Amino acid sequence: MKQEKSIVVEHHNFQGEYRILRLAAASIGPRVKPGQFLHLLIPQLGERILRRPFSIYKADAEGVSILYKPVGRGTDSMKPLHVGDTVDIIGPLGNGYPELGKDKFPVLVAGGYGNAALYLKAKELPVKGVAFFGGRTAEDILCVEEFKALGWDVRPTTNDGSLGTQGLVTADFDPWMAEQEVQSLELFVCGPAPMLKAMGDRAIEHDFTAWLSMDENMVCGVGACLTCVIKRKTATGWEWARCCKDGPVFESREIMWNE
Amino acid sequence: MNKPNLEIKIGSMVMKNPVTVASGTFGYGPEYADLVDLNRLGAITVKGICPEENLGNSTPRTFETRGGMLNAIGLPGPGAQGFIDTYVPFLSHYDVPVIVNIWGKKMEDYGTVVEMLDAEDTVSAYEINLSCPNVKEGGSAFGTDTDSFSRVIELVRGKTQKPIIPKLAPNVSDIGAFAKAAEEAGADAISIMNSYPAMAINIDTLRPELANRTGGLSGPPIKPIAIKLVWDAAQATSLPIIGMGGIYEPADAIEFMIAGATSVAVGTANFTDPTTINRVIDGIESYLIEKGHSSAADIVGTVKT
Ligand SMILES: Cc1cc2nc3c(=O)[nH]c(=O)nc-3n(C[C@H](O)[C@H](O)[C@H](O)COP(=O)(O)OP(=O)(O)OC[C@H]3O[C@@H](n4cnc5c(N)ncnc54)[C@H](O)[C@@H]3O)c2cc1C
Ligand SMILES: Cc1cc2nc3c(=O)[nH]c(=O)nc-3n(C[C@H](O)[C@H](O)[C@H](O)COP(=O)(O)O)c2cc1C
Ligand code: FES
Repeated sequence: MKQEKSIVVEHHNFQGEYRILRLAAASIGPRVKPGQFLHLLIPQLGERILRRPFSIYKADAEGVSILYKPVGRGTDSMKPLHVGDTVDIIGPLGNGYPELGKDKFPVLVAGGYGNAALYLKAKELPVKGVAFFGGRTAEDILCVEEFKALGWDVRPTTNDGSLGTQGLVTADFDPWMAEQEVQSLELFVCGPAPMLKAMGDRAIEHDFTAWLSMDENMVCGVGACLTCVIKRKTATGWEWARCCKDGPVFESREIMWNE
Repeated sequence: MNKPNLEIKIGSMVMKNPVTVASGTFGYGPEYADLVDLNRLGAITVKGICPEENLGNSTPRTFETRGGMLNAIGLPGPGAQGFIDTYVPFLSHYDVPVIVNIWGKKMEDYGTVVEMLDAEDTVSAYEINLSCPNVKEGGSAFGTDTDSFSRVIELVRGKTQKPIIPKLAPNVSDIGAFAKAAEEAGADAISIMNSYPAMAINIDTLRPELANRTGGLSGPPIKPIAIKLVWDAAQATSLPIIGMGGIYEPADAIEFMIAGATSVAVGTANFTDPTTINRVIDGIESYLIEKGHSSAADIVGTVKT
């Protein structure tokens, strides 16, 4: 984990409402593992004081990039960032996705910025399996061509039917799963909470492994403040686990969902 | 010109500079160790510890407000034995005093937790949390009434020779009375202030933003409140004061010292920028040089009124 004054080297529209922000960060870039995130101090945030977490989309020796969508005070204030501006970042944070289990068949399931969060994992995985991407419209499904170029079998679903199958990711995933030897599947999931829960429930019911990247509001990002906690099952009940430090990636069986 | 002497004392505890961290904003030490050189700190103040493991409140536990934040974490923690097992070995490697923030659900807990911790050489002092706004039992229940406030301090005094530092509640009508009571009960210093009881409501859901409904406000919005409380308390007691509340810049810390604080703690600012604490230490030193002082103690309580 490092804190670095990074420099904006690229910042523009990516697709739909999503924007790409690339930062020169020579000490953080080379340390990134797939599934980790950055904690970014937004310079124009004015009277708002807290950092915002962003999944790392790409990373190399020179720096890191993220994909984000302006949805609130923090992300809206990122829009005016210019090439050459300084952005204070802490990273890489969190545990990231584990290695693929022996003889397992990898499956990616993502929605929204989850596609960006899974890109490095998709690249690293020794076997390229099937990627189920869900979104409201075609515009919300990011990086389809990039995942295809890596060798993934990409199956998009959209709520409005503008790309792929109409419906939720489960509309494509469930019939596909029914034809697999399910115990050999290993899922890497990043997306909105209902998507995580749907995949986690299936993993438990059909007895396969699913790694879920949990999205909780964060304050410190390093495990100190105990804001970002979720209930993790233990032998006798449950304990709080910190998404920023103990996660954000958890196996489906570890998670106790809030009713 | 010679470098000024930054060293200060809180009872028998020597701090190499006046700057510590505010309990609950820095974990137990390891969390920020990659980003902050712990050996540079005047002291490390750890998150509140009670005798038993405690789960704390439901989520959401924090909420960002204009210029600051609300928290209602609810003092989750590993308990005294968990702290000894998990964190003392780590902390013992550093050449920096450790202030353990202690709390209890009932009055006896304050004595029990000190009994459990006192044999540890790594524990240098106790900050007695009598002001947490976010737990139903204990916390500020003891800190807003001078009788129970004094009894807790006397109880802890009876269990340890190490410095004890009651942390005062900001929401009292006469902070001076508590400062005096702390001195009479045998405290070595006092710390001011905890977060201020506060609330935020979502206008769409009509629900409070925190699961606990209410929480404590921290960060820059509370600094002027804290400065006044430190100034008031400094007039009522000769005990050293650890001042905190919204310190984001060296100037904020220097202002606390001029108001009467011997030491200062950086809290919420750690979340925004973990380098704040280093900047504050360096900034105090530069200020002393610029103003021609030979030691940090020279500026304490120098406000002209
Ligand atoms: C591990 C992690 C990785 C993330 N990666 C990305 C990413 O790659 N790209 C991206 O665009 N965003 C990502 N986010 C979300 C991002 O950090 C921002 O918090 C979010 O975009 C809203 O911030 P804001 O300040 O713009 O909105 P705010 O004004 O703070 O909030 C706008 C709305 O979003 C809600 N909200 C705020 N933060 C979160 C959160 N973390 N989870 C759920 N709801 C929230 C608020 O309650 C509010 O309703 C990630 C979050 C986490 C925890
Ligand atoms: C997330 C968080 C957790 C805290 N936990 C504790 C605690 O365990 N014990 C305590 O005495 N004070 C606790 N506090 C209060 C701080 O130590 C400090 O008194 C207060 O935040 C004011 O300082 P600041 O404005 O610099 O943060 C906490 C504050 C925050 C923001
Ligand atoms: S955000 Fe502070 S512990 Fe996770």
